[in-house]
Amino acid sequence: MENPTKNKIQNLIDSNPVMVFMKGTKLMPQCGFSNNVVQILNSLGVTFNTFDVLSDFEIREGIKEYSEWPTIPQVYLKGEFLGGSDILIEMYNTGTLKEKIEIALAS
Amino acid sequence: MATKSEVINLIKQKIVDSEVYVENLKGDDHLQVTVISSEFNGLSLVKQHQLVYSALKEELASEAIHALALKTETPN
Repeated sequence: MENPTKNKIQNLIDSNPVMVFMKGTKLMPQCGFSNNVVQILNSLGVTFNTFDVLSDFEIREGIKEYSEWPTIPQVYLKGEFLGGSDILIEMYNTGTLKEKIEIALAS
Repeated sequence: MATKSEVINLIKQKIVDSEVYVENLKGDDHLQVTVISSEFNGLSLVKQHQLVYSALKEELASEAIHALALKTETPN
C-alpha cells in the first residue's frame, strides 16, 4: 500500500470516533451488507462518519490490507477495528454493541 | 465463482477440526457460511472471522467470492 493511502486511512480512523468504510453513502448504500451496518448504527442513535470506497479504488483496496480484513463494510471504533456486517449484526443482537460503543465514546 | 464444495474444502484445509455449512443467499454470488470449530475457543469474533477469511484469501481478492455472510461458533 502507498503511504499517502495509508495516511489517508489513518487520518479518517483517527479523526472519527465511529468510522465506517462502506459501499455507497449513508443515504444510498450500494450493497446490502453496507446497508446493514448503516441501519444498525442509525437504530442505536450513534453519530458516525462514512467513506464511500466506490469513490476511491486506492482506499477500497488499502483498507482491506490495513485491517487484514478482505471485505467491505468495515467499522472502526476509536481507532480499533470492530468488525464488518456479520459481527455488527451479532453484537447488535446480543446487545453488546450499544454498550461497547457507549463505553468507548465516553472514555 | 467458487462453488460451495470449493469453499468448504478451502476452509476445512485451513481449519482442520471444523464443520462447515454453505448456502447461497438470494441466488446470487453472496454465500452464507457457518463454521464450527474448537479452534475458535478463546479468540475474539474478529480473530475467528479473520481465520476463516485467511482460508479464502485468494478467492475474495479475485472476487471469485464477492461477499459472504459469515457465522463462527465453537462446539457445545
